[in-house]
Amino acid sequence: MGGDLRMNVAKGITGRAHPLWIAYILHRLSGLALALFLPLHFWVLAMAMTNPAKLDGFLDMTDAGVIKLAEFGLVFLLAIHLFGGLRLMAMEWLPWSPPQKNLAAASLAASLLLAVLFFLQVI
Amino acid sequence: MLDVRLYMAQRITALLMAPLVLGHIAVMIYAVQGGLSAAEILGRTQGSVLWFLFYGTFVVAVSIHGAIGVRTVLYEWGGIKGMLLSVISIALGLGLFVLGARAVWAVTFA
Amino acid sequence: MPSDVLKVEIQRGSLEASHTETFEVPAYDNQTVLDVVSWVQQNTDPTLSYRFACRVGMCGSCAMMVNGVPRWTCRTHISKVLDGNKVNIAPLRNLPVIKDLVVDMDPFFDKWVEAEGVHHGTLTRHDPIAAIDEESAARKTANAGIECINCSVCYAACDTVTGNEDYMGPAALQRAWTLLNDAKDEGRNAILDAVSGNGGCHNCHSMGSCTTYCPNELDPMSAIAGLKRETTKRFFGRGL
Repeated sequence: MGGDLRMNVAKGITGRAHPLWIAYILHRLSGLALALFLPLHFWVLAMAMTNPAKLDGFLDMTDAGVIKLAEFGLVFLLAIHLFGGLRLMAMEWLPWSPPQKNLAAASLAASLLLAVLFFLQVI
Repeated sequence: MLDVRLYMAQRITALLMAPLVLGHIAVMIYAVQGGLSAAEILGRTQGSVLWFLFYGTFVVAVSIHGAIGVRTVLYEWGGIKGMLLSVISIALGLGLFVLGARAVWAVTFA
Repeated sequence: MPSDVLKVEIQRGSLEASHTETFEVPAYDNQTVLDVVSWVQQNTDPTLSYRFACRVGMCGSCAMMVNGVPRWTCRTHISKVLDGNKVNIAPLRNLPVIKDLVVDMDPFFDKWVEAEGVHHGTLTRHDPIAAIDEESAARKTANAGIECINCSVCYAACDTVTGNEDYMGPAALQRAWTLLNDAKDEGRNAILDAVSGNGGCHNCHSMGSCTTYCPNELDPMSAIAGLKRETTKRFFGRGL
């Protein structure tokens, strides 16, 4: 069943890549990526008590450009997952019409992006 | 394979985490100014009941939410079902919780 | 007068032992995918099995996968789906294949019943006919979903149905929603129970392929969202 599934998913992508399906696949993939990232994140943070020197070593690496890119990627995945999820919940639990909800989610995401850009003075 | 109770657990932890995620991102943006260091992080979180509660809640919520989410993917895309699926899902949830709780403890009261 | 030749790939056999055969079919001006399949069976290979009935877009019997997308073949003009001069035709996805392009619709209808898509009436022939307010919000909501002709296009389009054999699917759940909103139906708790289990509405990921591909322009995705809303309300009502 599993292998058949992947074949179906791959074969069907051209046939069904309509906007809501793309939102679904992005939401699923971002969730998986975050679920994979979290154990690493927790492991490194716990070094604050087990191996503080090693933690500092890891933290020094965050100055590197490629790490900053990865950080941006993670925050991006988190934002996709969060706003995609909020859009889903608005659609499910609020009596608004679908276009109104999509607009609301989009404007929320856009405003957060603006706010973040404003405060972001790192790069 | 998601019944109404798993669905509610998923949705409620999601709503719970929305403000926590925004808060976490805000803290991160603040923290990365001028580089990261263990001392800087610990200076903020060590001994703090507030950060303990904030991240503690976060860890509990994400353990439930992540486990249920991965469970769905394992079933729909991986074809894993029945007892094996439940065992793996619970293990994932517990694993995330243990690792996360360790991390929270490490930066607050360790 | 045919001026072109189409290369038509058709899936044959059963799902376990299927293979693709390519047929050359003359192109005509006003040709639907159903016309193409019929031409093959009538002129080239009489052993080709397929279903159709009204051939005018009312019965839903001719639904098949055309280039990976579920459609009513009688309402799909061949020019809209040709890739060069090629087209690929396969049986509806997510249902067991009996032979060639014919699928077993039993699972689809079994799930229809499982979702409590049956009228729960309490009146008898001796009671006056129930007065229905056509303008009420609930009636309008119900009306939005009652034109379903059980063609199974939405069921074939849904990836969640593919990955989850328990999932009742968009059509069955949409019917349950119309009954929930039907003032004549007294089965509210039965319906909500039926859609709250392992195969119920909470498995829907709102990818919207059902609504995108429904040939009758219905919106099962929103119907399922409605079911989620009602089961959530009931969940909290119980808890309080």
